[in-house]
Amino acid sequence: MTATDTTPRLERRRFVADLMARIPEDTLVVTGLGSPGYDVFAAGDRPGTFYLWGAMGAAAPLALGLALARPERPVLAVTGDGEHLMGIGALATIGAELPPNLTLVILDNAHFGETGMQPSHTGLGTDLVAVAQGFGIRDAVRIADPARTEDLAARIRARAATTYAQVLIDTDEPPRALPPRDAVANKNSFRATLGLTTF
Amino acid sequence: MTQTHAPAPAWQEAVFTALKKRGVQQIAYVPDSGHSHVIREAQRDPAIHDVVLTTEEEGVAVVSGAWLGGQRAVLLMQSSGVGNCVNMFSLPQMARFPFLALVTMRGEYAEFNPWQGPMGRTTQQALELMGITVVRADTPEQVEDTVEAALDSVFEAGERVAVLLGQKLIGRKKWERH
Repeated sequence: MTATDTTPRLERRRFVADLMARIPEDTLVVTGLGSPGYDVFAAGDRPGTFYLWGAMGAAAPLALGLALARPERPVLAVTGDGEHLMGIGALATIGAELPPNLTLVILDNAHFGETGMQPSHTGLGTDLVAVAQGFGIRDAVRIADPARTEDLAARIRARAATTYAQVLIDTDEPPRALPPRDAVANKNSFRATLGLTTF
Repeated sequence: MTQTHAPAPAWQEAVFTALKKRGVQQIAYVPDSGHSHVIREAQRDPAIHDVVLTTEEEGVAVVSGAWLGGQRAVLLMQSSGVGNCVNMFSLPQMARFPFLALVTMRGEYAEFNPWQGPMGRTTQQALELMGITVVRADTPEQVEDTVEAALDSVFEAGERVAVLLGQKLIGRKKWERH
């Protein structure tokens, strides 16, 4: 099946930069492997960001554990449709917990971008918003209009309900902006922003 | 929904006591009968988040996220779940997250279901291949000290440890429902 999608799609890097500029400084951020990490890093390396470079499927459940541990902080996971679908069961786990400070942003280009732009499930039948709602996340939205970014940022600020945003992005690949790959250093600096010791 | 339960074996109570004593605030789990007491107590305890998983690998990430945010968390699963986690073990290894899994064993003592064999026989190796130190408790007397020692290694020294709770602890599974 070939995707014959005519929905307007956003420029990923512009959307992410716009979103990051609107969220509170104390937001804790987790990025899934690949381009979402580049997008977030390109928007400015902020303390309190943990960049995954592997462990595909970890972004959402990592953000869940973090959100439960830090209810006073907004927690934002930014990942891609492929990374997200590999661990899609985690959405059921999140639906069972619904921490109000957790937001998942899925940058969905309907392709596996990192491996050569092979079509992915979201272009072949999967409806992520329906999936999220089916897992019990009522505040699930599809975003294809940049004017909706502020509404999403407001939800992140509010910490009032687990929020799921499927953001339709185009398949352009902006220049890579590589976040740090040393996860130990990243962990330590992340925890330091919370006033925590290394272990 | 109220259910009555047979009193939990002392070794299961010892596990929960150890988790409380060491300040564990999240447990993530795929249920197993050997963990049922800990899960039930955690559900009743307002100081502990209990996170039920669809697959064990989610739990590796959940407990890592908890640590990133400053909480101690422990993953509970059955031996079959270890296989589900293999690539996800990259996360605690790469970031050197303190990591503790309590694993109830199947596929060993008096196992009735041969399908538990392949993963049960390779549980220890799979963990060790992914850089996790394995310790075992096979008698009720060993459980408390083994779990407490593991908690110390993990949260005081930043190690990655799995405690295998031998199938003998759980005893013979009764297959007939009365």
